[in-house]
Amino acid sequence: MLRIKNLVVDHGAIRALHGVSISIEKGQLAAVIGANGAGKTTLLRTLSGLNKATEGSATWGDLNILHSKPESLVRHGISHVSEGKSVIPELTVAENLELGALWRRNSKESAQSKKEVVELFPRLGERLSQRADSLSGGERQMLAIGRSMMAKPQLLLLDEPSLGLAPLVVEQIFQSIRDLTNSLGLTVVLVEQNAMGALKIADIGIVLNLGSIAATGSAAALRDDPAVRAAYLGF
Amino acid sequence: MFEFLNTLLIGITAGSIYSLMAISIVLVWRSTRVVNFAAGGIALASSFVGATILETTGSFWLALPVAMLAGAALSAFIEYFFLRPLLKRSGDKSQEIFLPIIATLGILGIIKAVLHFVYGDRVGVISPPLSDKGFIVSGESIALSPLRLLILGIVLVLMIVLTLVFQRTNLGLSLRAASFAPEISRLSGIRVDLIRTLGWAISGAAGATAGILQTVNGSGSVTPEAFEFSLLLVFGFVAAVIGGIESLVGAVVGGLTLGIILAIILMFLGSSLVFFSAFLILILVLLLRPNGIIGVKGGRRA
Repeated sequence: MLRIKNLVVDHGAIRALHGVSISIEKGQLAAVIGANGAGKTTLLRTLSGLNKATEGSATWGDLNILHSKPESLVRHGISHVSEGKSVIPELTVAENLELGALWRRNSKESAQSKKEVVELFPRLGERLSQRADSLSGGERQMLAIGRSMMAKPQLLLLDEPSLGLAPLVVEQIFQSIRDLTNSLGLTVVLVEQNAMGALKIADIGIVLNLGSIAATGSAAALRDDPAVRAAYLGF
Repeated sequence: MFEFLNTLLIGITAGSIYSLMAISIVLVWRSTRVVNFAAGGIALASSFVGATILETTGSFWLALPVAMLAGAALSAFIEYFFLRPLLKRSGDKSQEIFLPIIATLGILGIIKAVLHFVYGDRVGVISPPLSDKGFIVSGESIALSPLRLLILGIVLVLMIVLTLVFQRTNLGLSLRAASFAPEISRLSGIRVDLIRTLGWAISGAAGATAGILQTVNGSGSVTPEAFEFSLLLVFGFVAAVIGGIESLVGAVVGGLTLGIILAIILMFLGSSLVFFSAFLILILVLLLRPNGIIGVKGGRRA
């Protein structure tokens, strides 16, 4: 399980997270919602080693994940898909996927993983030899998630997979995230601006406001909470 | 007819050496966004290493690989101990661009000073392994000699190896990914710091080869202040700019273009205009085609 205790993160003189504590059980899909600047992205970047924590602790099972580099955390089953359509446009779709499994130094396993990802997202399979910048927004997001699946992660950190996508595509992406969580027993931290969509597929929800936790609970309860509805769901 | 063909052959040979130097510069620029003036010093120092091996063993075919290894080691050393800490410590964007350039200029000076100290007034001699007498075609000696063929062959083999490494191997994929998108690469598990050092090492080996070939194609000897090496560094940069600074293919096209143009100018207008012309080409390319003659606006190529 993921245990975050009293996490404080500073960006220079600005405090982005003011002592955040979160527990997420294994196999749960947790939606982290909140306005722009609430600290959602900072939270993910700190968990994956891109940002440094000022105080606090975070553990994944027995592993202390603060103060580790992202490239080492990948080797411990923690994979972060960063904000936006996080693919390398100059590389082909196949190369983008292979990149995710290079560290395993096992081309057989890598080929097997690629087959699994293509089964999951058949659209990628038709475009393996194309450059990633020829893909649509939704396909790029599939590729970004697919690349991180190549590492066979147990903990998946997703930063705004719905960003800039058409509503119908967002629904598809959210559905695949839910399916992945169920079929592979993944633990997922899903950071989302699209609060309603995220809470619909999530098990639990965490509402961040100005770097602190404003509300937390089961996703269903948060969806029905009048205060959360008014502030984040817009009705 | 013969005259023009000869000019072309001279230009292609010189240009292939500039291409190697341009590749050395482009590799460092792509992997760490550093404009590396120390590339000239690395080529120079490795050529001295090559000359020393050649003097003691008499074997060009031992001297070349040892010089390449020396160039790779020196280049990786510079990245690891000077540039990496400097880039980690520099605070804002303008520092990030400015400081490394000054640092590589400083390192170039240090390398030359150390070579002066070690070699004094002695010169490193790299005698050509093959004859530089041109082949005879219908009674006339042409500019193509066994030595020129060898130079072209070495450059060609290196370029094929580099292309295969970059396009077909896991190391190549890591090198390309790390240069295009370091953060995504780290999140994918690539040890970007290590890959950057390797990028510098390959650059050093390419620079060392350029240095050795420049010496055997020219005077056959090397000194710490050798004008040939200043030319090599400057022409390498011009070739890299012509090719759009991002692309290895561009570096080759740039080097050959520059070599041929300069050979034509040398043949028909005289040697005094060669240096001037190289800079004129540089300025024209920067003004008219800032992304290089094969570059795509805003695009990056493998």
